[in-house]
Amino acid sequence: MNPAPEKNLYKGGVAGVRGTWRPAVVMRKILMISPEKCTGCRTCELACSFVKTEVFNPKVSRITVFAFDEAAVSVPMTCMQCDTPYCMKVCPTSAISKTEDGVVKVNGEKCIGCKLCIAACPLGNITLSTVEGKIVKCDLCGGEPKCVEFCPTGAIEFKEVSPNVLERKKAIARKFKELLGEAKE
Amino acid sequence: MFGWTGKIIRVNLTEGSIKVENLKIKDAYEYLGGRGLGVKILFDEVDPKVDPLSPENKLIFMTGPLTGTLAPCSGRYEVVAKAPLTGTVGGANSGGHFGPELKFAGYDGIIFEGKAEKPVYLWINDDKIELRSAKHLWGKNVFDTTDELLKETSEDARVACIGPGGEKMVLFATVMNDKHRAAGRSGMGAVMGSKNLKAVVVRGTGSIKVKDPNTFMNAVKEAYKKLKEQPVTSAGLTTYGTAILINILNQVGSLPTRNWRDGGYFEYAEEISGEALREKYLVKNKACFGCPIACGRVTRIPEGKFKGFGEGPEYEAAWALGADCGVRDLAAVTKANFICNELGIDPITMGATIACVMEMYEKGIISKEEIGFEAPFGSADALVELTRMAGLREGFGDKLALGSYRLAELYGYPELSMSVKKQEMPAYDGRGVQGMGLEYATSNRGGCHVRGYMTSVEVLGIPVKLDPLVTTDKAKWLKAFQDATAVVDSSNICLFTTFAIGVPDINAMMKGLVGWDYTDEDVLKIGERIWNLERLFNLNAGITKDDDTLPPRLLTEPLKVGPAKGKVVELDTMLKEYYEVRGWDEEGIPTEEKLKELGIE
Repeated sequence: MNPAPEKNLYKGGVAGVRGTWRPAVVMRKILMISPEKCTGCRTCELACSFVKTEVFNPKVSRITVFAFDEAAVSVPMTCMQCDTPYCMKVCPTSAISKTEDGVVKVNGEKCIGCKLCIAACPLGNITLSTVEGKIVKCDLCGGEPKCVEFCPTGAIEFKEVSPNVLERKKAIARKFKELLGEAKE
Repeated sequence: MFGWTGKIIRVNLTEGSIKVENLKIKDAYEYLGGRGLGVKILFDEVDPKVDPLSPENKLIFMTGPLTGTLAPCSGRYEVVAKAPLTGTVGGANSGGHFGPELKFAGYDGIIFEGKAEKPVYLWINDDKIELRSAKHLWGKNVFDTTDELLKETSEDARVACIGPGGEKMVLFATVMNDKHRAAGRSGMGAVMGSKNLKAVVVRGTGSIKVKDPNTFMNAVKEAYKKLKEQPVTSAGLTTYGTAILINILNQVGSLPTRNWRDGGYFEYAEEISGEALREKYLVKNKACFGCPIACGRVTRIPEGKFKGFGEGPEYEAAWALGADCGVRDLAAVTKANFICNELGIDPITMGATIACVMEMYEKGIISKEEIGFEAPFGSADALVELTRMAGLREGFGDKLALGSYRLAELYGYPELSMSVKKQEMPAYDGRGVQGMGLEYATSNRGGCHVRGYMTSVEVLGIPVKLDPLVTTDKAKWLKAFQDATAVVDSSNICLFTTFAIGVPDINAMMKGLVGWDYTDEDVLKIGERIWNLERLFNLNAGITKDDDTLPPRLLTEPLKVGPAKGKVVELDTMLKEYYEVRGWDEEGIPTEEKLKELGIE
């Protein structure tokens, strides 16, 4: 078990999350993305859409891989389960909430389909599913994310937040930079 | 429908008309999809005697039921037509993302008929399908064409197109999708070019339905597990790409060298191997859609005269452009491969044709003046320049564009072409791997290694190890491999999965996907049906028993070095046995009884 993170370790926030950041109250697992390991196979999209809707349709997957061929980089993108979820803040019917496990969840019963959450998400990770006809986002599959299970290269991992994880995030960011730099020739 | 989408697009390019038809369910259950269904349509609709480059030929893009699903390596589709290179039934499959996208748009396949008056491309945006002018794209290479099309349609779309090679009807032109993936062999790109069809662009947002999600998921997990446990699919291909085979085949003395003249051992093999590629030029592994193997190589030559960025070379390309031409400069081999992708031509036939020219050059049959420069074995400069000239049909390239058989025949030396049914054999010397010799001689699309792959049992020992130098039982094994491969190509997953999984695994996935109750024997029977239908097409096209042969070099010139030293391919013995095992008569014609058994009328 890794030691509990110190508060100031997170100063400056996590990439992509704007506004004041407050540290997590509960120690929890997060999805860790390693673009340098991603081969762009999009198996995560297939696994996600199938588990959630029983059909294969990458367009309704809660995770999406973006491939930048010229830079030889592929990046899986999914909900970061923000600590200050903008989608939750703008929701007029309080259909979006954050659970104790740190999962940002949509309550389909309360959702009126206004799509404000889609506009509010700074990462574009909440979407309208054409198959289900409702707002959908990653819910970490109840703690056993199928994208992680099927990812053949370990590009998507489900890990506890710890200083080690943060270090890895930095290392990945550096690698990312290198790769992008390389493509420029 | 489950698995299949149930719809096929029919485009008449002469009239400019587009129709969406229902998939014939009976055909789908008897021929699956991909190669099988494509061949069935070709057999039913095209006169086998037709000129492959005439409007009467049809060009068929076909996915399979497993395409676009969680079945491992499901990114594949097949392009089928009568082949201009061989005059046989033609076809080639490719990975990437194009095939699945077509299914997400709601279609199992597309049939192109006739010939457009002016260059066009087909734009499929879910249920909106239109033919658009491709005048501004004609002459552009594969990469520029793809970029341009994504700009004017949707950046989420997928493109399959031809380059200058297809436009100019180079007989071994490819259909390229997602820039670097190729439906490579037998000249499908030339058929596309003959129809003035520059590209097919597709974007799909729909779903593929599954009959029994639990059964399907369990079968998929089992298949994934097997792929993970098999070192070839979990480590070998992933780490070094397909070119991991270079050193392996060289060690068993079956890496054909210098137009197969110097036997099966290339003294510089290590320099063009997958290991060397990884060390020197690999940027990253790249996977096709839904693939856990990721054998694709993103490569960069950072500097020098062969500077460039692209993908590959794969094993066959590294061999053809490398060992077969005696070229040891990996940068040149990689560059020539980039050019093949860019211009849309098949690197196997390209390399083998250049190798044939190099031998004729050294023999004094073709002069320096005619080529424009010196072209001895081992010349990296000649390799790269000749590849470019062939793809553009420039100067001597106009002759290279015919492939090695027609080129060598022009000079009166057809025996110097290392081809079967006019298609060049790939990177396994049948003299050292006897079953591969039989495979080449009997393949329905000429010299080809992916419609059986005896190397698996004879060299790699998967699922069991056979002595590559004996002929006993090779016919029996080959038939089983050919039939199984037809199933793989038609359910449409990648052949590389078969290092780890087989027909029972595919059947288990199909049970969950479409809900059939077929036995494994029933599924193998589908493969046998496809194989026999291809054979019938070829017989009707005028191909005979006499074409089931090999270049004289493999039958009469023994290997000079390595473990197979002194060996030739003992074809006669194996071929006789093969016809028997197949249930064909002595002329290689399927018997009435056999056809009845397979339900072919």
